[in-house]
Amino acid sequence: MSMHKCGLFYTTYAAEDGLFRSRFQKLCLGLFLAVLLAVPQLVDSYAVSILNLILIAVIGAVSLNLLTGMCGQMSLGHGAFVGVGAYGAAILSNAGAPFVAALLGGGAISAMVGMVFGIPSLRLKGIYLAISTLAAQLILEYVFLHASSLTGGANGLPVDPPQILGFAFDTDARIFYLILAVTALCVLAVTNVSRTRHGRAFVAIRDYHQSAENVGVNLFAYKLQAFGLSSFLAGVAGGLWSHYTMYITPEQFSMGLSISYLAMIIIGGMGSVIGSIFGAVFITLLPEMLNLLVSSLGGIAPDLSAVIVPMKEGVFGLMLVLFLIFEPEGLARKWRLTKAYWKLYPFAY
Amino acid sequence: MEYYLQLIINGLVVGSIYSLVALGFVIIFKATKVVNFAQGELVMVGAYVCFALTVQFQLPFLASFLLTLAFSIVLATAVERLILRPLIGEPIISVVMVTIGLSSMLKSFVQMVWGTQIQVFPAILPQEPYMLLGLPIAPVYVAAFGLSALLFGVFSLFFKFSSLGIAMRATAFDQQAAQSMGIGIKSIFALSWCIAAVVSSIGGIILGNINGINAQLGHLGLKVFPAVILGGLDSLLGAALGGLIIGVLENICEGAAKDLLGLGGFKEVASFLILVVILMVKPYGLFGTKEIERV
Repeated sequence: MSMHKCGLFYTTYAAEDGLFRSRFQKLCLGLFLAVLLAVPQLVDSYAVSILNLILIAVIGAVSLNLLTGMCGQMSLGHGAFVGVGAYGAAILSNAGAPFVAALLGGGAISAMVGMVFGIPSLRLKGIYLAISTLAAQLILEYVFLHASSLTGGANGLPVDPPQILGFAFDTDARIFYLILAVTALCVLAVTNVSRTRHGRAFVAIRDYHQSAENVGVNLFAYKLQAFGLSSFLAGVAGGLWSHYTMYITPEQFSMGLSISYLAMIIIGGMGSVIGSIFGAVFITLLPEMLNLLVSSLGGIAPDLSAVIVPMKEGVFGLMLVLFLIFEPEGLARKWRLTKAYWKLYPFAY
Repeated sequence: MEYYLQLIINGLVVGSIYSLVALGFVIIFKATKVVNFAQGELVMVGAYVCFALTVQFQLPFLASFLLTLAFSIVLATAVERLILRPLIGEPIISVVMVTIGLSSMLKSFVQMVWGTQIQVFPAILPQEPYMLLGLPIAPVYVAAFGLSALLFGVFSLFFKFSSLGIAMRATAFDQQAAQSMGIGIKSIFALSWCIAAVVSSIGGIILGNINGINAQLGHLGLKVFPAVILGGLDSLLGAALGGLIIGVLENICEGAAKDLLGLGGFKEVASFLILVVILMVKPYGLFGTKEIERV
């Protein structure tokens, strides 16, 4: 079995384009998934709940990466698109739709909303587009808050835990498997999109929109597709979120959420799927790590717990700034370097 | 009718603060092409520092006002040198995100030091309202409007006649050409951040005198976007007019929505609806430079 290649040699294009480069990669991924499947049996439910949040964040980050990292359309409204999916799925499921239909329906609603707000992208680029998606964020937030007959307004909206064929996913461990499955599907979908004609068109638009148009990429159609697909996945993340937390309020989907998704793909590494996953893990774990740090320092500096909430935001901003200055390509590059180091270990020269 | 007249006057006052903050934003954008999402936080930090000096350290208002301005110059220089300069030449999204990170840091700093509750400035101006067209107007509003107008005058003259101002305009127009004429681009960048921070602090102090200050003051930074998009991202006059127009429009929309539709809190979103319309119809605003692309 060829475990470990020190170079790549292909005899067909299909092999070069394949999802896995070597059997070793398949083995590693298989092992990783096996460990993930075993985790809920090994750790307490608080740790599982954090894992669930990480997985939902992974879907959000990967979908934003499709739009911003691959297609180059900066969006400051991704949190609101997640919110549209969350409210859409919650309303559908409260109206009696089965869970899978509600999840897909929430995604579809979010995709439509995303495409509507993607229309300005035909005329606007760069910072102008970012500002128009900022407007989308604030307008949608207003709708969440004030369309009380649909969304429950500031009081929030209760949702029942998901049920598939009579099986209720009502504990953290049970819903973990559901979220894991959906996340795996979403990550696979985005990875595969990047290998198709559409993915290459997105990258062409990102790299230089005029030459993309010159070689026959329909800018408007592909940008809209990117907005639609990305918002669809965001909506799925939102649907999972609302069914997982069983209660949603407008402030969950504020500007801060959009910013943290952007931070995930920046800290992870723009345009890289695995980077987005790293970023989502990093940003979700950051506040937990701070909690841990403050509680372990509790004996020495007891007044820290009073300022922990603003401190979290400050550390978040600091991380963002430090990554942008010192590691603009993010954790994905660190991962590549680590892999390259171990590839030929101990005979690297 | 009187209701709407009052709304317009309130709008002009709020708008003059938007104009001030927008002025800072435009100065940074014009000289350095950095879109600053931390503008509102600069306002907030200025307001809090002035509050701390006057209330907590019991300094006379004028002294603390001047010290606040000095503090914002130090802060802006540090920010430009440590955070923005390493990112020169990076893609727009990185620069935008670094200012967002900066805004998180400033917000968290303010909350850690002063907490989140509303702090009240001591009254500096007399409380008795003036009467204008039969409507009462608090002196602090008049002062806000006057100070904004004054600052605009000063900066217009500065950019038109002083050699430093002309150097800044030259940098904005063509960095390479400016550099070859012996203009220090780096010091121009630092200077533009200093001016922006000073102007924002003044805005913050005025605002603190009107409403008191809390940690949500930074949201003002978002309100700047409709104003600068309307006026054109790189136009001083545009920022002035854009701020005033957005201030008035958002107050009228709020009033009308409450009056006719019974919708509350419409102010928050009205200016962004206007923003979307402007972006669709006239993306470079009233006075902005059109970017023409040729293949």
